[in-house]
Amino acid sequence: MGFLKNLKEGLFKSSSNISESVSNIFLKSKPNEKILEEIEDFMIQCDFGIDVASKFKLILANKKFSEEELKKENFYNIFSEEVTKILQPLEKKIVNTGPDFKTIIVCGVNGTGKTTTIGKLSKLFKNHNKKVVIGAADTFRAAAIDQLKVWCDKNNTEMIQSEVGADPASVAFKTLEYAKNNNKDLCIIDTAGRLQNKKNLMEEFAKIVRVLKKIDPDAPQETWIVLDATTGQNAIAQIEEFQKITPLTGIVMTKLDGTAKGGILVALADRFKIPIVAIGVGEKEEDLNQFIASEYSQALIK
Amino acid sequence: MFESLTDKIESAFSFFNRITRLDEKQADEGLRKIRQALLESDVSLSVAKEFINNIKPKIVGQEVLKSVTPGQMIVKIVFDELVKVLGDEKKEINLKAVPPIKILVVGLQGSGKTTTSAKLAKYLEKQYSKKSMLVSLDVYRPAAQRQLEVLGNSNSIKTLPIMDGQFPLEISKRAINAASLSGEDVIIFDTAGRTQIDQQMMMELKQLENDIQPSEIILVADSLTGQDAVNIASEFKKTVSLSSIILTRIDGDGKGGAALSMKSITGCPIKFLGTGEGIDEMEVFHPDRIANRILGMGDVVSLVEKVSEGLEKEKIEELEENFKKGSFTFSDYLKQIQQMKKAGGMSGVLSMLPGVSKIKKQMEDSDLDESLLGKQEAIILSMTEKERDNPRVIDGSRKKRIANGSGTDISMVNKLLKQHKMMTTMMKKMSKGGRGALEGMDNVPPELFNNLK
Ligand SMILES: Nc1nc2c(ncn2[C@@H]2O[C@H](COP(=O)(O)OP(=O)(O)OP(=O)(O)O)[C@@H](O)[C@H]2O)c(=O)[nH]1
Ligand SMILES: Nc1nc2c(ncn2[C@@H]2O[C@H](COP(=O)(O)OP(=O)(O)OP(=O)(O)O)[C@@H](O)[C@H]2O)c(=O)[nH]1
Ligand SMILES: [Mg+2]
Ligand SMILES: [Mg+2]
Repeated sequence: MGFLKNLKEGLFKSSSNISESVSNIFLKSKPNEKILEEIEDFMIQCDFGIDVASKFKLILANKKFSEEELKKENFYNIFSEEVTKILQPLEKKIVNTGPDFKTIIVCGVNGTGKTTTIGKLSKLFKNHNKKVVIGAADTFRAAAIDQLKVWCDKNNTEMIQSEVGADPASVAFKTLEYAKNNNKDLCIIDTAGRLQNKKNLMEEFAKIVRVLKKIDPDAPQETWIVLDATTGQNAIAQIEEFQKITPLTGIVMTKLDGTAKGGILVALADRFKIPIVAIGVGEKEEDLNQFIASEYSQALIK
Repeated sequence: MFESLTDKIESAFSFFNRITRLDEKQADEGLRKIRQALLESDVSLSVAKEFINNIKPKIVGQEVLKSVTPGQMIVKIVFDELVKVLGDEKKEINLKAVPPIKILVVGLQGSGKTTTSAKLAKYLEKQYSKKSMLVSLDVYRPAAQRQLEVLGNSNSIKTLPIMDGQFPLEISKRAINAASLSGEDVIIFDTAGRTQIDQQMMMELKQLENDIQPSEIILVADSLTGQDAVNIASEFKKTVSLSSIILTRIDGDGKGGAALSMKSITGCPIKFLGTGEGIDEMEVFHPDRIANRILGMGDVVSLVEKVSEGLEKEKIEELEENFKKGSFTFSDYLKQIQQMKKAGGMSGVLSMLPGVSKIKKQMEDSDLDESLLGKQEAIILSMTEKERDNPRVIDGSRKKRIANGSGTDISMVNKLLKQHKMMTTMMKKMSKGGRGALEGMDNVPPELFNNLK
């Protein structure tokens, strides 16, 4: 097999344009409807969404592949490589090496994993010798502050809090102020979960952003939205609405250790081109990975 | 009592000439759009496919109402089916157990279990004056037990005191003892979130079930869930005996396709919807609302409903006209029987009738004898013209002849004659009584169906 393949490649490499096109005609063909439909179904089941799945299918339908590539087991790899191509430009490092001070707001709908992700992040940043302070700006949900506190204690990270029910914007303000006064590298704000269609809660979020700017006009340097991989097409609406309040600079997708594939990332890439920072793969502190497109795409077809 | 049914059937047939029926091509075309809508609403692919396959035969041959397009008609049929699959029954929490009644709340991470546990306690108190004790078996997530405690404290619901270092099984034992002592009616066990492929954690759930022997195991799931909904629901169902589902975050603008996926795959009723973060924000499940979201074609559905209501009136009026005109012979009846057989027999005809929701239900419980139409047809065919037009001449020997000729027996012939007599009496009454006589016919008494068996 390897021998034949080498021989073929050798032949065609050395060949002229004519034989190149001859080879294309004879050896490459468009995928048949059956495999295309199978891939399309697969994309739908990964939450690509029906629009993106059919668009994607069309792209594949118009490409030519060798007989080998068109074998089912290989075609999934081809598909995976296409996914990589789409997502790779959106890879973004969690930890920047630069000395720049940053405020990171972590936002998203309820229960996606914001607080846990911050817990994991604080550990990661610590490991990179970053000085971090965290603001407990979810003053609403029962024991949200306690939950964050457990994480901060575990990682020896300072946390700024107010009493339950306090104005979240004031907590954010206090945290950033503290960060500036104490020469921190990073100020991370945990916010309450909010559904994007709730006007008053989105206004509350807008206020947090506004108030931070009073101290640092460039803040927030980063606003990361945490998406749950099990979420379906609603993730699009989530991005759309949060984006209206302040530009989103990163996506964190959690719960990829379950069976959900989080294919909505492809739909989001197609639409918003927001960088993807990290993926959550469990509930422990080490379960946060840098997002790497090729790894994700490979896992997708596993 | 047979007459009212027959009248209804006639009313449908007096319209036969004007009715168009959905053909296979129209069904396929309509269903392509429906499939798209279901998938856009996050209905799991396998469930969407099955739903489409199952509903197609119910579409082909269906009557299209005047002033409605075939596509709109299909939407309405699909909507009704969705409502049916999602569950018409209002299912209450099962409280039929020796107190303390145990309820186990399970689900993925962050789905809303803790919040929902507290909501349930509040609901049971309000609805049934049952006192609950809230117990967190989540010893893993930071401050998970504390969260439930805070919810209990701020809503005057008892919670089991937190003791660090205990395992879930130990906590559950302690809870049952405590509740028995202090006299709570219900214990609601909140559990840690777990992915359904985490074998160790799923095993823990199984053990908890065995130990606690809950009368309800409720899967709390996020209504924003995508394609994975089938896997999640079916795995939880496989591990423990799920008895119901609660969907949270319905206050979002998600389409709620997970409701269809989870209901279809588990058969477990969806009992409540979480409509917010507040303790009172939980509603009893209404299948029509979710069906509307999933299909996203509420305007079409209500249009078809309006038209069908209008048409129903029209049909009733026309029927009255027919009756006023007079007689109804066996020849007329024969024609009807033959048309009915073409239209898919008794249940086929009944299902086309306007306003039949009540009848439909009775039909389902009562097992219509579809062969009856054939037998009646044979009997009439064995009659002479004279007998058909004037049944009074049918005496004992004629009855015998007709029974023999039709391969039935005298009692069948008698039954048909009696039925015909009732029909003519009813018609006379109606031509005198006008409108009123026809109204109130929706409710077909169950005896009627015994006649048809
Ligand atoms: N399996 C898995 N669970 C996760 C992951 N990230 C978070 N979780 C769990 O998801 C649940 C919700 O996480 P939280 O961090 O409380 O979510 P949140 O967004 O802060 O929630 P709210 O503040 O209530 O909106 C917890 O049980 C976490 O342990 C992940 O990557 N994988
Ligand atoms: N908008 C809305 N939010 C809800 C609803 N139910 C729960 N939540 C929120 O969802 C988030 C997670 O809820 P929890 O009750 O902590 O979820 P859980 O399943 O117990 O989470 P873990 O124990 O971490 O697995 C919280 O922010 C809740 O306030 C609902 O029906 N609507
Ligand atoms: Mg949180
Ligand atoms: Mg919980």
